[in-house]
Amino acid sequence: MGGQMDVAIIGIGIHPFGRFDDLSALDMGVTAARQALSDAGVAWGDVEFAVGGSLGSTQGTSAAPDAMVSRLGLTGVPFVNVSNGCATAGTALSMACTSIRAGVHDLGLVVGFDKHPRGAFDPDPALMGLGKWYGDTGMMLTTQFFAMKLQRYMHDFGISRDTLARIAAKAYRNAARNPNAWRRKPWSEDEILASRMLNEPLTQYMLCSPAEGGAAVVVCRADLARKFTEHPVFVKAVSMRTRKFGSFEVMAPWMPPERADGPAVQAAQACFEEAGIERGDVDVIQVQDSEPGAELMHLAECGFCADGEQEELVARGATEIHGPMPVNTDGGLIANGEPIGASGLRQIYEVCLQLRGEAGERQVAAPRVGFTQVYGAPGVSACTILTR
Amino acid sequence: MTATSVPIAPGLFTWPADEPRLLGTRCGECTLMAFPAHDVCPRCGSAKVESATFDRNGTLWTFTTQQFIPKSPPYALVETDETFEPYAVGYVEFADQARIEGRIVDCALDDLRIGAEMETVVVPFMVDDQGREVVTYAFRPVA
Repeated sequence: MGGQMDVAIIGIGIHPFGRFDDLSALDMGVTAARQALSDAGVAWGDVEFAVGGSLGSTQGTSAAPDAMVSRLGLTGVPFVNVSNGCATAGTALSMACTSIRAGVHDLGLVVGFDKHPRGAFDPDPALMGLGKWYGDTGMMLTTQFFAMKLQRYMHDFGISRDTLARIAAKAYRNAARNPNAWRRKPWSEDEILASRMLNEPLTQYMLCSPAEGGAAVVVCRADLARKFTEHPVFVKAVSMRTRKFGSFEVMAPWMPPERADGPAVQAAQACFEEAGIERGDVDVIQVQDSEPGAELMHLAECGFCADGEQEELVARGATEIHGPMPVNTDGGLIANGEPIGASGLRQIYEVCLQLRGEAGERQVAAPRVGFTQVYGAPGVSACTILTR
Repeated sequence: MTATSVPIAPGLFTWPADEPRLLGTRCGECTLMAFPAHDVCPRCGSAKVESATFDRNGTLWTFTTQQFIPKSPPYALVETDETFEPYAVGYVEFADQARIEGRIVDCALDDLRIGAEMETVVVPFMVDDQGREVVTYAFRPVA
């Protein structure tokens, strides 16, 4: 965005991901927001605008994000609620960046949270414009899509089940080093492959679960950032795209014969073009890993490798924390679960920690550039590129 | 299946029929076939659409199995660990027409293969609250 105001992240906060019976989604959002404000050294009264993301706020499982003003203070702040499928958090950050770049505001809070019911997502077909028969007959399951996209990809590009198990094992290993992660017990590849088959080829320990959590960042005009912090992280680009006709998307009863790239391809391309940064310059990568196939396919869709190359990259440990292209260093969705409104901000929180050199046991060696990407229903993807 | 069987939704497949086929629309402008019937062509936006019938046979483009009990709703059947039978779903590619998702029947889960020739069938699915047998479409491997 040459000539326009750059945006910096000056504070970050997170509520651990997992299951918290005594807490509401809003509680977790408030915790994350307070932590981000404290990290930035700003008071709630200094916040000129806020954007809050929660998918559950439109599904009856959480309060609307702006309800948190009653906990943080009714300052009259402009507060916008965002619910945009699995791109909810990315969209919230994107809106905040637009406000700052346009010169409307100088400093704002972006927060996302959710608390989904246990078990697989079970949306009403009508909410996605589908006939009731689609749900009646047992096809309204996101996990079936993950499995079917992956089965075709494995068939076309020679990806093995061992690679899926290696990716899942890495997620749990990384999460063991992340105190905020949900599933921190390392599982071996054999244990992952031997766990219950849920949707061929995906076993129980491969699939991420709907979960709970919150994350937040404080953003401001880049030229003001050093007034607040010695380690600002700059938002070089943020993008969001929806599906094109012909791409293979979640919960689609049919597809035309023609093929189109998925929205992650378009979102990543737009993001790298806007940032003027090459894939090879990225030091730490967070992609949507609803299961190992999503991680490996999104790496290719975002341009980090060729289709099929993942088999060799994963085998030689390239995507491990100390490999040349560390992926999902905090355990990703596989080990953190999926609170949709928070997921994208969890990725951004992790990249900020890494760029600040504060990731502790899971620190990547001196990263300068980080990338995040989410994907999900109803065929949306959002990406960010962050730099030190 | 009996004469009193009812389709799970109108307009999805030919019924009754000895050789059932899926139903949709074809665009009068760009010729795209869509499933099920669309009021407007999802590719070009034209409202000039007419009813169309898909081929009966196609090839399996991708598939998976459903080995845990889906939540009900939206799943119409209320299952327990004792009653639940894992099932398969997949997309069948009808050449130059569409790839359409459906349940797969009459095949062991281990025997499914991408590229297999499949045919469209109509099978009993459930009994509704009026005691009627409800039928839906499915795909099965061609013997």
